[in-house]
Amino acid sequence: MKTSGIPLHLAAKGSTLIIVDIPDGKNRARLIRLGILKGERVRCLEVLPGGTVVIEKNRQEIAIGVSLARLIVVAPTSPDHPGHHGAKK
Amino acid sequence: MNNGSARGTTKIPPHNHVERHKHIGVDIAPEANATLKVALVGNPNVGKSLFFNYLSGMYVDVSNYPGTTVEVVKGRFKSYEIYDTPGVYGISSFNDEEVVTRDIVLEADIVLNIVDAVHPERDLFLTQQLIDMGKKVSVMLNFMDEVQAHGLQIDTQLLSRYLGVPVLLTTATTRAGFDQIETAIEHARRGEQDPALHHRLHTMLSITGSEAEALLILEGDEAIAGRHGVPPGHERDTIYIERRNRINIMIDAVLSEKNVRTRVATLFGRWAVSTWTGIPMLLAALYLIYLFVGKLVAQDIVSFTETRLGRELWEPWMRGIAAQYVSPTSWFGTILVGEFGVLTMTVTYLLFLLLPLVIAFYLSLAIMEDSGYLPRLATFVDRSLNAIGLNGRAVIPLILGFGCVTMATITTRLLGNEREKTISAAILQFAIPCSAQLAVVAALLAGAGFTSILIYSITIFSIFVAVGTILHRTLPGTTTPLLIDLPPMRLPRFDNVARKTAYRTYFFMREATPWFFAGALGVGILQVTGLLTVWQNILAPFTTGWLQLPREAATAFVMGMVRRDFGAAGLYHLSLSPNQIVVALVTITLFTPCIASLMVMFKERGFKEATIVWTGTWVVAFLVGGLLSQALI
Repeated sequence: MKTSGIPLHLAAKGSTLIIVDIPDGKNRARLIRLGILKGERVRCLEVLPGGTVVIEKNRQEIAIGVSLARLIVVAPTSPDHPGHHGAKK
Repeated sequence: MNNGSARGTTKIPPHNHVERHKHIGVDIAPEANATLKVALVGNPNVGKSLFFNYLSGMYVDVSNYPGTTVEVVKGRFKSYEIYDTPGVYGISSFNDEEVVTRDIVLEADIVLNIVDAVHPERDLFLTQQLIDMGKKVSVMLNFMDEVQAHGLQIDTQLLSRYLGVPVLLTTATTRAGFDQIETAIEHARRGEQDPALHHRLHTMLSITGSEAEALLILEGDEAIAGRHGVPPGHERDTIYIERRNRINIMIDAVLSEKNVRTRVATLFGRWAVSTWTGIPMLLAALYLIYLFVGKLVAQDIVSFTETRLGRELWEPWMRGIAAQYVSPTSWFGTILVGEFGVLTMTVTYLLFLLLPLVIAFYLSLAIMEDSGYLPRLATFVDRSLNAIGLNGRAVIPLILGFGCVTMATITTRLLGNEREKTISAAILQFAIPCSAQLAVVAALLAGAGFTSILIYSITIFSIFVAVGTILHRTLPGTTTPLLIDLPPMRLPRFDNVARKTAYRTYFFMREATPWFFAGALGVGILQVTGLLTVWQNILAPFTTGWLQLPREAATAFVMGMVRRDFGAAGLYHLSLSPNQIVVALVTITLFTPCIASLMVMFKERGFKEATIVWTGTWVVAFLVGGLLSQALI
């Protein structure tokens, strides 16, 4: 099922996002290593002027340049919805 | 790898292609007296160097990894040979650092994998990949002190069962758990490979004979595939996603998390990459660096070391000694102890001017790095640097350039691709005045007034942007997008900062010293053969006619070839109008960088590129200087 989404650099600061699609090639491998792949939840911490994005994924902050952020498709979601391996206890 | 250690008779097995084939599929027990190679492997910023420092003590060997420009540190712990590796998120060949780590891992007998216990989801990807490679692994969960602060709980026994390798707990900053490192090395073992992956590996294994290489080929590593004459695999995506899922399942089982208050350090980190708070923090950081490097070291300390130790103690002493053997006025004497003497000026310059500055800059860099500010600064300026074809990481060489262009040019190595290295090296050579020169520029401009300062700054900044933009537009290829993790903000540890500074300073001095001597020798020869005067005479008409400066300014320009600050200092005793000062300083800033930086440029960037840039600096310096002169004077 294809979910509609927006490119990451247009996401709202503070929003919780589900990754819908990531680009191919080396960048894909680099992203998967950092845990950024389809279906994962991240939080958008900051979008700097020009589109450099800082996201948070499991307590880890990751900075993504605009040229890459543009290629990552995300869908806003509610922050309470349990994530892939969300908080327990 | 540099096996240059002359420490006794230990047999170091040759690591050639044939040797690797001896490991076909199975673990061959190493000869009893063979030195086991232990690689410390981990993501960036996991405290690897603290482990390395603990294990290797003072005896380390810094060397360039063959075929790359990445520094590799090697040390000894009991009967083990310990290799520190550049921090990576996975094993492959995406950049020089990864290539180095990949090859060290391939050759290592044991891998000590350092894992950030606060971010196991990220780090265990590398751990699982090492296990999938069939390496003997032991995992050290580091930052255990921070785990609690983050409200985390990790079932390490369960994690150890999932991975199939020992998992030990450490806090590198207090060395808690370090007494177990030796046990960890001894008990390192092959872990639990993904069963599906294991099956896939079999076919490739018959070709490579090494599980590790078989895996890398399946994951599409072109270099390793090339070594075995097979096409690289297309299964990277599948393998990566399976591995990622495996880690996620593991994390679900071993990690529990409860919400805790956001730490102050975390807030600081967020402010550093926030639009409105980022700028004041950047300015504050730059001001602190200026106070430390620009004021304390460049002015107070260097004026003492350069004048007192260099000009008043070392140089007369050296001349005295030399006078016993050669006449100071002979051509040989001139080269040795004359104005640009190899034994006088060069030594003063290297030891009493450059060394304190380089230490100060590397110290600042290490503090910014270890505190976690540097990656945030890179993030903050990323978009601006995109405009000139660079990404945020280029902020490091650009900042270092204000210390020493030679040092900064070497640092361009850490950039993502050749294109970025070319652009940043060119910008450094054209438009970044080094600290030695800045001091003179500042002094002269202060006398010339505010308008002059403004014209100078705007002109140099425009050239900076122009050079970057033109190269960005004309060079083929694209900029590597920024993708970095931002480690938590922490108070840097003194011993780690000190060690880093010491390594880098040592490495730089070893790398750059020969070029400074060669440069001085070259200019000394120009001087005794009279070619220096010829050169000055050629430049004189341009200087008086086109730049509208006194004839003697030509001498200053030529001197700028030896040392940029010499060039600028040569302008001190000419009586110049404020506008003439601006023209002269703009010309000299854009001009040929000092001869050492030029030589390092030749070495780093190759003959063709360096020649183009060098010629370019002459043309642009005279063109811009001249245009400015025609407009102002």
